[in-house]
Amino acid sequence: MNKYVERLYNGIIKENPTFVLMLGMCPTLAVTSSAINGLGMGLSTTVVLILSNLLISAFRKVIPDGVRMPAFIVIVASLVTIVEFLMKAYLQSLSAALGVYIPLIVVNCIILGRAESYASKNPVLPSIFDGIGMGLGFTLGLTCIGLVRELLGAGQIFGVQVLSLSWFTPITIFVMAPGAFLVLAFLVAGMNIIRRKMEEKGTPLAEPAGCLSGDCSNCAHSSVCADKKEVAD
Amino acid sequence: MKELILIAVGSAIVNNVVLSQFLGICPFLGVSKKTETAAGMGGAVVFVITLSSFVTALIYKYILANTYLMSIGIDLTYLKTIVYILVIACLVQFVEMFLKKKMPPLYESLGVYLPLITTNCAVLGVALTNVTKEYGILESVVNGFATAFGFFIAIVLMAGLREKIEYNDIPKPFRGTAIVLITAALMSIAFMGFSGMI
Repeated sequence: MNKYVERLYNGIIKENPTFVLMLGMCPTLAVTSSAINGLGMGLSTTVVLILSNLLISAFRKVIPDGVRMPAFIVIVASLVTIVEFLMKAYLQSLSAALGVYIPLIVVNCIILGRAESYASKNPVLPSIFDGIGMGLGFTLGLTCIGLVRELLGAGQIFGVQVLSLSWFTPITIFVMAPGAFLVLAFLVAGMNIIRRKMEEKGTPLAEPAGCLSGDCSNCAHSSVCADKKEVAD
Repeated sequence: MKELILIAVGSAIVNNVVLSQFLGICPFLGVSKKTETAAGMGGAVVFVITLSSFVTALIYKYILANTYLMSIGIDLTYLKTIVYILVIACLVQFVEMFLKKKMPPLYESLGVYLPLITTNCAVLGVALTNVTKEYGILESVVNGFATAFGFFIAIVLMAGLREKIEYNDIPKPFRGTAIVLITAALMSIAFMGFSGMI
């Protein structure tokens, strides 16, 4: 398979950040009260991810190893600021709905994780495709969770009433805070079943890498907290 | 005074940082297996968020939104995300060094958790919320402390529940993170009951 297509496939399916790696859980829970919010958040993260992968990969030989995390953070924070202002100017309603979670893209572990594990070691073009793949994978995950929550919580899909209110009573809790935890809990349980089936078939899925796994070794912050791993156990 | 109490109750209980704002989910799920470690983590978060709210509020008022600079047409407030994340990262490192040198007993109990907080979204989230809500320095510190205290309550409660969950017979796919998330959902429902308070 072409290596660029392979990066896309890897990001969207094989190592999907939401479903398989379980990364970036804060925005996943917070902004998926409707499909359109999930889509907006996913796409803004994708833009930041592509650009940060591009810049970090381009500067990978210039940035000294000792200060690479601060350097990555400055690059990502600048990009996030640009995206935040663009959204405030052209997508006001989405920007208002996502609120503080837009600047918080800076601390999203997917972005620093990809910078650390891929972009800082690979040429520019594959890094861009890695960013596109991972970003679209994250967008897909957020949109799917948003769809489920919106359908159960309001009977709508992308704001269009699909389940008639004459017979369907919206389960409002799903568009509120507890619904996010519930949907994610069932997603994790479902993925556990799929994971077991895949293992039996001999084609195991990639292990979760984020905070949900309790395993810090793949985390972008492992450089600062690797020796603190026993804390989590 | 009344306003400060309202801010404190609002951010600690009504809009709990974990259970309704979804900030700091990582340590909430990762470091809540034992009540003791959860309390240590909660204490470190209270310490760091209160301090960082104070420092970022100072920086915002006297540097980024400096009235003199504003009057000659220089508005630096757009730099807040970049400045805050760097200041918080440095602050955590500095606090760790300071505690290690000057207050060894406190370092013993909080030190191991400090590096875990450097890039915790709750710290940056509180600093940015203080700006959006146009809080002054005192209000920012109160809001920071209350938000962090809300985190402390949530993580200690969760650790207590998880210690009991260990003994239950949970369906296989739900073992591990899934049951913790269901517990969090139930806690979140309980905390929604406070929403009528303010």
